[in-house]
Amino acid sequence: MATDTGEGSGLVFHPMDQFIVKPLFGDGPVHWYTITNVTLWMALGVLGIIALLVLGTSRRAVVPSRSQSVGELAYGFIYKMVEDVAGKDGLKYFPYIMTLFMFIVFANFLGLIPGSYTTTSHIAVTAVLALAVFLTVTVIGFVKNGAAFLELFWVKEAPLPLRPVLALIEVISYFVRPVSHSIRLAGNMMAGHAVLKVFAGFAQVAAISPIAILAVTAIYGLEVLVAFIQAYVFTILTCVYLKDALHPHH
Amino acid sequence: MATETPGSASTCVGPDGSAIGLPQLCFDWFPNQIFWLIVTLIVIYFVLTRVALPRIAAVLSERAGTISNDLAAAEDLKAKAAEAEKAYEKALADARAEAQKIISAAKAEMQEEVDAAMARADSEIAEKVEQSQQAIAEIRAGALESIREVAQDTAGAVLEVMGTEAEQAEIERAVAARMEG
Repeated sequence: MATDTGEGSGLVFHPMDQFIVKPLFGDGPVHWYTITNVTLWMALGVLGIIALLVLGTSRRAVVPSRSQSVGELAYGFIYKMVEDVAGKDGLKYFPYIMTLFMFIVFANFLGLIPGSYTTTSHIAVTAVLALAVFLTVTVIGFVKNGAAFLELFWVKEAPLPLRPVLALIEVISYFVRPVSHSIRLAGNMMAGHAVLKVFAGFAQVAAISPIAILAVTAIYGLEVLVAFIQAYVFTILTCVYLKDALHPHH
Repeated sequence: MATETPGSASTCVGPDGSAIGLPQLCFDWFPNQIFWLIVTLIVIYFVLTRVALPRIAAVLSERAGTISNDLAAAEDLKAKAAEAEKAYEKALADARAEAQKIISAAKAEMQEEVDAAMARADSEIAEKVEQSQQAIAEIRAGALESIREVAQDTAGAVLEVMGTEAEQAEIERAVAARMEG
């Protein structure tokens, strides 16, 4: 998927340029510590989270203000998700899951601001998130259950001859988890934003620009939905993996 | 995965400033993204665990407490109202009983007075009757005496006319015997 440059017709598409990481100050190379647009938009996400969950709840009102009730809604939403999916003993890990959810949801929505940079559209970011979940959950599984955690792969309900085969499949699917977990999020974000840019490029042609703008609007609406749904999916899958680690018996 | 050597911008970005290939696969940018991601996650985690989550949990539990307190208070007030109603009912019943008592007492008193008056009247009447009977008896006695005298006189006169001499005592006895019969 290289940059489309229709130079002959004068149409110029740069749908992937929005994903370029560039230093905020100067033009130098991107070192690991360089302050880049990644830093900016992650920091904005942190500020957004602080604004919602810290400043919004600062009055500690029994009858909540609007921002406080949104914060409480987010809290209750994730708390209930962890409780329902991972069980009561999963609530210990609620702050981690809340951190993941708040980061992803803010990154996704901030990415919808025109001209912004979507941190979660990068596989580097989502892979770290997914690997962190994968490693944490695996460690929790072994610490909590010891070798019994391996029963996750040994399907007791199946007939004995089938079990080794199923075990192989289970092991493979277990190790594929972080891959699908990360690519699902990054892929959704990247594809949506790229499509938005492509349609915005079509808007340069006067004949189809009304349709293109309409399409951009429609896809934008869809992307708003996707931004939340992908954060939700990432979080609930984390809860499911956590449940497997806490209760490996089928 | 991530090469530590900081790549120059030109490996992933063309001279015109547009991306070469997929920016997501530009490994030169991985360390930067991963570093800032980890910083961000740590900051969010600390903000959440130190400030936001305890505060929201406190607010939520306080609200739950307030609601259950209010419910308890409402229950209390309801019980009090029921008690007040019961007390009112009791007062009403007491008042009714008191009134009943007063009425019956008054009735009894009146009855007593009436009875006394009746008794007095009865005794007066009896006295009058006695007196009257006495008077009648006296009159009757007087009349009997007169009759006796008249009979004796008449009998004496008759005997005198017939020429028979009779003793006064004899006449008296005969008259008395006749009157007895």
